[in-house]
Amino acid sequence: MNLLALIGARSIVALRNWGHATLFFIELMKALPAALRRPMLVITQVHAIGNRSLVIILASGMAVGFVLALQMYYALVPYGAADSLGLVINLSLVRELGPVVTALLFAGRAGTSLTAEIGLMKAGEQLSAMELMAIDPRARVLAPRLLGGMFAMPILAILFSTIGILGAWAVGVGLIGIDAGSFWSIQQSRVDLVRDIGNGIVKSAVFGVICTFVALYQGHETQATPEGVAYATTRTVVFSSLAVLGMDFILTALMFSTP
Amino acid sequence: MGKKGIEAMVGLFVLLGVVALLFLALKAANLANFGKRDTYTVSARFDNIGGLKVRAPVRSAGVSVGRVTRIALDPKTYQGVVTLELDSHYVFPKDSSAKILTSGLLGDQYIGLEPGGDEKNFAAGDVIRQTQSAVVLENLISQFLFSKAADAGAGAGAQEGPK
Repeated sequence: MNLLALIGARSIVALRNWGHATLFFIELMKALPAALRRPMLVITQVHAIGNRSLVIILASGMAVGFVLALQMYYALVPYGAADSLGLVINLSLVRELGPVVTALLFAGRAGTSLTAEIGLMKAGEQLSAMELMAIDPRARVLAPRLLGGMFAMPILAILFSTIGILGAWAVGVGLIGIDAGSFWSIQQSRVDLVRDIGNGIVKSAVFGVICTFVALYQGHETQATPEGVAYATTRTVVFSSLAVLGMDFILTALMFSTP
Repeated sequence: MGKKGIEAMVGLFVLLGVVALLFLALKAANLANFGKRDTYTVSARFDNIGGLKVRAPVRSAGVSVGRVTRIALDPKTYQGVVTLELDSHYVFPKDSSAKILTSGLLGDQYIGLEPGGDEKNFAAGDVIRQTQSAVVLENLISQFLFSKAADAGAGAGAQEGPK
């Protein structure tokens, strides 16, 4: 009996959290026009979220490209398809790994920094002080961060995919010695701009909204203590990652299920 | 960093993204073949289209001259109806034949157009009369097995005959 009551109580709490998060999202959406009227705020956030993440995204992209090239080469050689290395890596990166891995890294780097920042603002009562001064904290603080994340994520995902392909080129053509011409020409004939690259950009835009929103929400709802902020940052990473992976499955099924 | 510095860095960031996107689009995707060229549509009927897919190339003498745009089943004759878009630069005689061929041994299937000798050329909406369906591996194998069985039967009969 107690177990049943426990499950019921936990479900109700989870439902209330979902509802609270949805209402928070709607409030943020309502504050977006006000944030757009102050572009400097958004630009500052794009710098803090996007530019600061460049190093980890580019380094990871290059490393993923190197490793993919090595692994895919040894997988393709038994079928005599080593020349298709470029195509395989391009499609893996542009369709899946680019958006997803960038989102996971983004949640880890930018998401945690957003959560900590908002959490400490709340803990230091800065948000309440703003409200007392009749400044809407959602328009001045939260919505610019959401816009910054939405804007920066697709750019980061594209950079990840591009540098991954270049890294794979360096290892595949430079190190292993497969044919440079067919490396690029097979990609040019088989990769579609709208279906593959376009869908990848749509995915990364959705992931950007998810990661940034989860980070802002966890920061806003954190308890005003150091442990609360620490707990909130780990929850950001866990929830963002799960949401991104789940959404990736749904989006892939929608976009790529028909050949 | 001052306000101008931040704006410059963000501008650089966006520029980097656009350059990366252009690189992907031009060097690693089919943007170069993207331009809408003038095309005209013809259709062809096949008994079996095999593994032909939409957007498969149409080639003549190995050169890509068009794309497959639609594959449907005719409900009356139960034949596969394939709609092709051919580049307007290339005209083919009315008695050209269309075959479904495979690139390499296990590759994708495409339509090969062989020109005929008619004076008149295809107009938009024409139907290609001479077609050859795709090779279905299972039919080939069963033909081979039957012919082998027939040879063995004939050989055994011939051996027993003169006894």
